[in-house]
This record gives sequence, structure tokens and C-alpha cells, in this order.
Amino acid sequence: MNINNIKKEFPIFEEKIQNNDLVYLDSANSSQKPKVVLDRINDFYSKQFSNVGRSIHYLAVAATNLYENTRTSVQKYINAKDKNEIVFTKGATEALNLVANTLGQAILEPNDEILITELEHHSNYVPWHFLRKSKNIKIKFAEINEDGDIPIENIEKEITDKTKVIAITHLSNVTGAVLPIKEITQLAHSKGIVVVVDGCQGGPHLKLDMQDLGCDFYAISCHKMYGPTGLGVLYGKKKWLEQLPPYQGGGGMINDVKKDRISYGELPNKYEAGTMATAQVIAFDQSIKFLESIGIDNIIKHEKELIEYGQEILKKNNSVKLIGNPKERGGVLSFTVEGVHPHDIATILDETGVAIRAGHHCCQILHDKLGIPASARASLGVYNTKDDLDKLNEGINNCKKIFDL
Amino acid sequence: MNLKELYQEIILEHGKNPRNLGKTENFNKEAKGNNPLCGDNVHVYLKLNDQRKVEDISFEGSGCAISMASASIMTDLIKGKSDNEAKEIIEDFLGMIKENPELKNNILKEDDKTKLMCLSGVKQYPMRVKCATLSWHTLVSAMENDGKEITTES
Ligand SMILES: Cc1ncc(COP(=O)(O)O)c(C=O)c1O
Repeated sequence: MNINNIKKEFPIFEEKIQNNDLVYLDSANSSQKPKVVLDRINDFYSKQFSNVGRSIHYLAVAATNLYENTRTSVQKYINAKDKNEIVFTKGATEALNLVANTLGQAILEPNDEILITELEHHSNYVPWHFLRKSKNIKIKFAEINEDGDIPIENIEKEITDKTKVIAITHLSNVTGAVLPIKEITQLAHSKGIVVVVDGCQGGPHLKLDMQDLGCDFYAISCHKMYGPTGLGVLYGKKKWLEQLPPYQGGGGMINDVKKDRISYGELPNKYEAGTMATAQVIAFDQSIKFLESIGIDNIIKHEKELIEYGQEILKKNNSVKLIGNPKERGGVLSFTVEGVHPHDIATILDETGVAIRAGHHCCQILHDKLGIPASARASLGVYNTKDDLDKLNEGINNCKKIFDL
Repeated sequence: MNLKELYQEIILEHGKNPRNLGKTENFNKEAKGNNPLCGDNVHVYLKLNDQRKVEDISFEGSGCAISMASASIMTDLIKGKSDNEAKEIIEDFLGMIKENPELKNNILKEDDKTKLMCLSGVKQYPMRVKCATLSWHTLVSAMENDGKEITTES
């Protein structure tokens, strides 16, 4: 599939948004959906619908097979060893909560330390924070450097013999920094530390190879990978998922239920309690096929060109200050404009159909560190073009005009 | 939608040079407010004297042009009013932003009402209404002095 005219695969770009062509620069928040994914949802509901894993009628068996097919596709896409290492969740947030909660129950002791970073999204901080109260766990933050990167030394510095878990983002949703997960994992494993990766932004923008990265857990957000909302994936090494306790209880995750005892099901059912986001899982198979049909190498190349172009034009625009200057930047350009608050920027851009995000992007720790209450963020997807970035720049110039700068 | 209506001269001017910014001396009531969605925050201080008159009022905080202008205009108009008058103005303002086409109170002079009406542009921008109302909700909390932190999520 040719990436240069990929926009036409996405029906939303045929819509007029308040009489404008849509310039969508908010994919780090959630990506738009290609037609194949939308059609799959509709087809499944209209022609094939049934709940999975329970009944033995024809539709139920067929739906179960489709559901499991996606699991296998995800396994292959991220190069996991076993399909049972793939657990579906309602989002990356739930995946991270699952890991924090069950590691908390099974292996963490009072005064143990969790090491996270100043770049983390609230989803990869708050679930660990819960353990401060319930288990008296300590949380440490590896610091960013002035480029908005986390060099491995900054991780190493914070490791003590109490460190049990390192929970880190693969790609910052604010500075765009790509973290050296493989090296961090090697370091962590040499000290017996578990590595949990928030792969929300890694998912759509980077090559996902669990064998290469070596991490113990990797959380994915399907709605940021051209897939449906209400769906995430937790990759967990089999040895962990087998050893950890269940997270939620209910139908589907049990083996045998008696008045005085309950035994739990095998993987992956153990972690998939209740009716799952069936249609979303089945449609996500199309997202993976869509990504494969373009090829992640082409996506990386395309987005790199755009990021370089975006950096170049925004650097030329005086009064724009880019946030972070990481060695390797993926998918995200956050910035401030001297004299215009990010919210005002977002409202003014919106008037011409340019959709960005303003705020702290669920990274308040990072914004506090940077000493700014909020930032504006343009984030990319496969469908973006240089023209979109030109429109962003024009919009910023319009802000400067309105604010008389 | 009309950006010109949202970003009127007065708003841009107050946004750039907010009045009553800082921490007034001898305040006896205060409250904090924040908008967790976007990180806007405001801290309102006021001195209510024995005659229950707002002798002084100020605010600290950071936010967009709309929220800064709203806090600035609010403090300007509330200064010197009795607490009952202040409450009526607040209610009237919030009612206007929510649904009423105009302000109804008889306390403010016409040109002061015009200033407040400049904030009515946010009505067309539902996501921005909170920017205009945060400082006002915070002022209510300060006057009631229940010390409760206001968040626009509640
Ligand atoms: C870095 C990061 N982590 C976690 C999340 C939460 O993901 P989800 O929406 O799938 O729960 C997001 C998305 O908002 C994110 O960007």
C-alpha cells in the first residue's frame, strides 16, 4: 500500500469538519480508523455476531475462532513466543493496572522500590501509586535530561537493591523521546528487576519485537494503532502470566467453582474475565493487516520525514519553542508559543480544521519539571503529510496575529 | 463559530495584563480551583470586612487568555461589593454563560455588564466554558470559605 495516498483509506477525511478539511494531528491521543476496520465491525455485528468462548452453536464457535485469530496475529506482529502471552484488556490503562496490581500482590514487599520516569503518562504512574498505600512501596523517578530524553545512566543511577520493577514508556507522548528499552531491560535483568513497558506510543510508531526488546510486559493501546476503542493488549512473558494471580474475577476466567473453593482457568482466559470487547478484538485483526500492508519500516521512514520537516518549520517560526530535542524522536511534536496559552492555540487551530491537543497530556510530572502548566501537541499518524504541518504552521501564525505578537 | 467574538479586544487585553494579579495582603478568605483536564489553576484571595464588604480581592494562577481575562474582570467587578451583591453577580454571570442571553442583575453599571458580556463568546465553544467559569466557582468557594478545592470536573 502506498503511504502517500493513504488518506483515502480513512473515511473521516472525506468529511467536512465545521466546513473544513480535517487536518488531524492528534493521533497520539487516538488514531483515525481505516475503512477495513470499520467495515469489519459492521460485518461482524451484522453477519457473524455471537459471544465467544461459551456456547457451542455454529456462530459462537466461528466468533471464537475469529477472536483467537486476532490473538495469533498480535502474537506474530509483536513477535511473542506464545499466543497465550497475549491478553486482551479494555485499554493500555487496564493492562498497566493489571500488571501493577498482580505484581503488587505476588512479588512486592513493603519498602520495595518501583522505578518509573518523569516522562510517564498517568497510566504508568497512578497504578503504581496505589501500591504506595496498600503495600508501602516506594516510587522513584528517573530524571529527564535537558533534551527530554532518559539516558540509561539516569535509570542506572536510581537502581538500588530494593528496586523490583522498572516501568517505563517506549516512546514519550510529549517529548517524542524513544527510550532504549533493550538496553534498559538488559541492565534490569542483570539485577533481577522486572521490566514493564508502556508501549502505547511504541505500538503505532515503532517496530515491535518482544524477543529483541526482552521486556517482561508490554502494554498496547489498540485505538492508537488504527484499531477500535475499548481495546488494549497486554503482552506478558508466560512465566509471569502463569505465576501471577488473576486480576478480575467472573465468568470465563475460572476452571472449577465450588462453595468452598475456586480454581482458575488457564492462560489467556485467566485474565479475560467476563464478556470481552469481542467486535473490537475481531476488527483489530484488520488494523494489524493494515499496518502490515504498509510495512512498519515504511511507516517509520514516512513519520521520520514528517518529524524532521515539522521540526524544521517550527524551529524557523520565532516564538515557537519545541519541547524536547531527543536523539530519536517518534511521532510527536510538542511546543509552546510565547504569549499564547496552548488552549488558545488549540481553539484557534480548530477553527481551520487543524486538530491538536492542548494541556498536560496526562503527564503532569513532566510539565511540572519543565515548569510549564500545559503544552500544545501535534502528533502524527500514517495519513499525515507535509501539507498538514504547513497548515499547523499557518495556524500558529494566525494565533500570533490574533494575539498581536 | 467566530474567533473574533471569542477573542475580543477586552479579553486579549485583560488576558495579557490581568488586574488584581497576586496575593492581596490581609486576605481572610481564599480558595483554589483547578481544571484537571488542561492544568489551568487559580487561587482566589479576598478580604471581607466587618460590614461584609469585599474590601480587596486578587488572584494567582495560570491559564489561557479566557481564564485569565475572566478572573481579571471578575476581581475588578467584585471589588467593593457586599457579599450578597457579589453572590448575585456570580449567579447572574454563571447563568448567562450557561443559558441566559443577557445579564439580569441591577447591581453592575451598563459598561461593566458589557465587559462581562465579552466573555459570552465561550458559549459557542463548549470545551472552553470551564475556562471562563473556573475563577467564579473558586470565588464562591472562597466566600463560603469551606476551603474545598474546586475542580471543574465536579
Ligand atoms: C503513553 C501513554 N500511556 C498510556 C495511555 C493510555 O492508554 P489507553 O487509552 O489505551 O488506556 C496513553 C494514551 O492516552 C499514552 O499516550
